[in-house]
Amino acid sequence: MRRLTWFNATSLTLGFAFLYIPMIIVIIYSFNESKLVTVWGGFSTKWYGELFQNEAFLDAAWVTFKVALASSLIATVLGTMGAYVLVRGGRFYGRTLFSGMIYAPLVMPEVITGLSLLLLFISIGLDRGMFTIVLAHATFSMCYVSVVVSSRLVSFDRSVEEAALDLGCTPFEAFRLVTLPIIAPAVISGWLLALTLSLDDLVIASFVAGPSATTLPIKVFSSIRLGVSPEINALSTILIMIVTIGTIAASLTTKRAVMRRQREERMAEQTG
Amino acid sequence: MNLRRFSLIAVPYFWLLALFLVPFLIVFKISLSDIALAIPPYTPTLELSEGWAGFRDFASQLDFENFEFLATDDLYWKSYLSSLKIALISTFFCLLIGFPIAYGMANAPKEWQPTLMLLVILPFWTSFLIRVYSLIGILSQEGMLNQFLMWTGIINDPLTILNTNIAVYIGIVYTYCPFMILPIYATLTKLDGSLLEAAEDLGCSRTEAFWRITVPLSKAGIIAGCFLVFIPALGEFVIPSLLGGSDTLMIGKVLYEEFFANRDWPVAGAVAVILLLILIIPIVLYQRNEQKQMEAEA
Repeated sequence: MRRLTWFNATSLTLGFAFLYIPMIIVIIYSFNESKLVTVWGGFSTKWYGELFQNEAFLDAAWVTFKVALASSLIATVLGTMGAYVLVRGGRFYGRTLFSGMIYAPLVMPEVITGLSLLLLFISIGLDRGMFTIVLAHATFSMCYVSVVVSSRLVSFDRSVEEAALDLGCTPFEAFRLVTLPIIAPAVISGWLLALTLSLDDLVIASFVAGPSATTLPIKVFSSIRLGVSPEINALSTILIMIVTIGTIAASLTTKRAVMRRQREERMAEQTG
Repeated sequence: MNLRRFSLIAVPYFWLLALFLVPFLIVFKISLSDIALAIPPYTPTLELSEGWAGFRDFASQLDFENFEFLATDDLYWKSYLSSLKIALISTFFCLLIGFPIAYGMANAPKEWQPTLMLLVILPFWTSFLIRVYSLIGILSQEGMLNQFLMWTGIINDPLTILNTNIAVYIGIVYTYCPFMILPIYATLTKLDGSLLEAAEDLGCSRTEAFWRITVPLSKAGIIAGCFLVFIPALGEFVIPSLLGGSDTLMIGKVLYEEFFANRDWPVAGAVAVILLLILIIPIVLYQRNEQKQMEAEA
């Protein structure tokens, strides 16, 4: 069963070529000397230099980074609480509504989320700016965090928590000392997801951002509308590199953690 | 109920009520209002200071005029239909491309699988905007695709792909493909290989075994993947506005323009309400599929 047939090899090669060739071309052309984006004019890193001179891009990047950090931290705390309520909360008034509100934003078109939040901010008279983007991002990413964390909460053995309570822990201590270390990997991947969602978001941010705060995707979008530019190629290359390094590092860390756990389990079996 | 439990539930609950549910009610309310040259640009506005009389006055001025307008103006129902068509066709092509990739991954040697998985996840984490952008340079008149096709001699004159609906299809298939691959791959790896061996022992050809065993058993993954592509594609804004032409009608783009360019908030609200109503059907179906799958695993 597990052999690479001719058909499978072809579909994998073509499939991954389809997924990667466009991005590879962007990376190659970011080192193009020529201003013309379709003609190769020799190797150069000058567009990276120009990019780092461009105040507007740097400011937007800084705003995006601050928004992503703040909103992802809020989303992680709220999302973990939400997951805990969903899985361990028991019955309470409005539970169905609560779980509906956790799952609905995942499938909601961004234009609707953006529009509705903007109308809310206007009707309560909140000035649009960085703060409103943080609120908007925290709201939709907390739902993603909740889903990721609750799948971990469902799968782990509840009796360890009960044991901690029996042995005299307060519920909060049991959460901090037992539950949190177990769900920590899910909380961290939820946080990374929230961070990425916020860094990437264009549509919701362009609704709720005022003229005072421009995020990087908004800036990139408005310059892409004018066409392909070598500076955007350079910026894309940097972002692709960050994601690539981050993803590979994360997968190596999880692989190592899995191997360590397997080794510990084996040792526990031998000694016990 | 003790205070700690109450606050644990109340904080995320009220956050979502205030920033998710209430905004929708506001959209719904505005969709029933009329456009006005004022700030905010719609009428009536609710005057809480006037008490019950103020509310009654407010409620009596709400009507379904904007929805009637949507029904009579060609632009809107054409955009809904064209969004549905674009989302359906792109979902089909995503499946056509995604299934062989997922199948190839699931049947690749075990030690390759983590790497292949990483290769699918990587585009998923990469900025959506950048991936759409990377297509612009390829699909344009003097872009890579035309240069390549002319070099091979298949065509003599460059094709116009960018700023047409074809570019929108390519864009959706390209950016949403990982959403199709991952759930199908997940069901295919769980597939019991001995079933296929049994089928072949009992005289099935490999193709027959594929259609009678592999496809039905990966149905849950196929359905999940299709909804994960179809639902966001329907309300897509970035792809039609960057890759599509001026004649590309997609409802996400129409809503955005109605709101920002025409500043007609009540109509934009009505467009949003209808889009939501259309989406409820696939969302409910998707959730039912997920539930069935979870019950099957339990």
